[in-house]
Amino acid sequence: MLPFARKLEDLGYPDLKADRINILQVNLGWRCNQACKHCHLLAGPQRPEQMARDTIEEIIRVVKRWSIPTVDLTGGAPELNPHYEYLVERLDQLGTHILTRCNLTILLEPGKEHLPEFFRDHRVELVCSLPYYQEDLVDRLRGAGVFQKSLDALRRLNRVGYGEADPDLKLNLMYNPAGAYLPPEEAALEAVYRRELAERHQIRFHRLLTLLNMPIGRFKEFLERSKNYERYMGKLVSGFNPATVAGLMCRSLISVAWDGRLFDCDFNQALDLPLLPGLPQTIREFDPEALATRPIRLGDHCYGCTAGLGSSCGGKLAEG
Amino acid sequence: MSHYYEEDDLERFPEIGKYRPDLYDIFMNYYQGVMSAGALTTREKALIALAVAHAVQCPYCIDAYTRGSLEAGSNLEEMTEAIHVAAAIRGGATLVHGIQVHNAAAKITM
Repeated sequence: MLPFARKLEDLGYPDLKADRINILQVNLGWRCNQACKHCHLLAGPQRPEQMARDTIEEIIRVVKRWSIPTVDLTGGAPELNPHYEYLVERLDQLGTHILTRCNLTILLEPGKEHLPEFFRDHRVELVCSLPYYQEDLVDRLRGAGVFQKSLDALRRLNRVGYGEADPDLKLNLMYNPAGAYLPPEEAALEAVYRRELAERHQIRFHRLLTLLNMPIGRFKEFLERSKNYERYMGKLVSGFNPATVAGLMCRSLISVAWDGRLFDCDFNQALDLPLLPGLPQTIREFDPEALATRPIRLGDHCYGCTAGLGSSCGGKLAEG
Repeated sequence: MSHYYEEDDLERFPEIGKYRPDLYDIFMNYYQGVMSAGALTTREKALIALAVAHAVQCPYCIDAYTRGSLEAGSNLEEMTEAIHVAAAIRGGATLVHGIQVHNAAAKITM
């Protein structure tokens, strides 16, 4: 396999660089009420990693000082961090656009029933995991009973106004494949999701985003166990699409780990590949001049973002 | 060669183009044109391909269009229905030829 960095070099990107920081993606911890088979972070109920209050204060300071337009909260289940509400309230006061990557079932956990109204009151944009519109597949990936709980959570979100006409209450769903294959074309699958969820479950949403499974974490364990790793990587490499490079999320985003360390993306965080040496390494050292045009730390997992129409936390990167 | 059908041979399909590459290119252009979205979606075409793969019993095609159907957003319920369509047509085609048996028998019996 041609190393990803060499592939980019051949295409005229000798060192891929960021070109701005529009998004601060904050991983609030690896604790989760689910333990999904495709999780790249091996998140689950027993994980102790949680962002501490002093690191949260640093996040708020950086967003305020440098007017970062969007903060993308992820995990684990970010809402399990005891300071989640505090962070959202402070960011909302600053006028920051706030995203939360929500696993849906968290809304049904004891003590979390207030979240739909809380999200609404702070205009939090939601990206909710729903890897398919059928029960057996979702439960196989995410655990028994998760599909029905997810529908319940989506109905609660619809009831408070999410997924409706109000453009400030965005409810986006996130699809990912249930195995060693690439995601479908986003618009075509969105139409099927919309029809199935409306007709069968009376659920509404705004957009469907498709995300490819990165060959790391639990998904990599599955690929190796099922002897699919070589073939899957071959598919990612042969599917390399130069049109995705300009929009790669690492070029406009910086990822903050639960312990305050900085990464080019959540996947590098999972692989413990921090920013390249010589760059600020923690949120306390945040320096937009040094970071906005930083060279990106690359690995062969990056083929996952450039295959086909591309893949990112915001969905596809290129047109079909 | 331990089996007539080797899984890795599917990836070697382009080797067919080693001889008469002009014909291979014409075929591939046609193939890609046919399988692109048109009046039918790529999902519908992948399901048709999967059904045909079963009718012609091609292991390479079954492998390719199981993956192709999943990558088009389909699911095992739809894919199984498509296979039943192939089975129904094959079964019906077998049975309807029974009329030829009746005709042939009628011709040679009193």
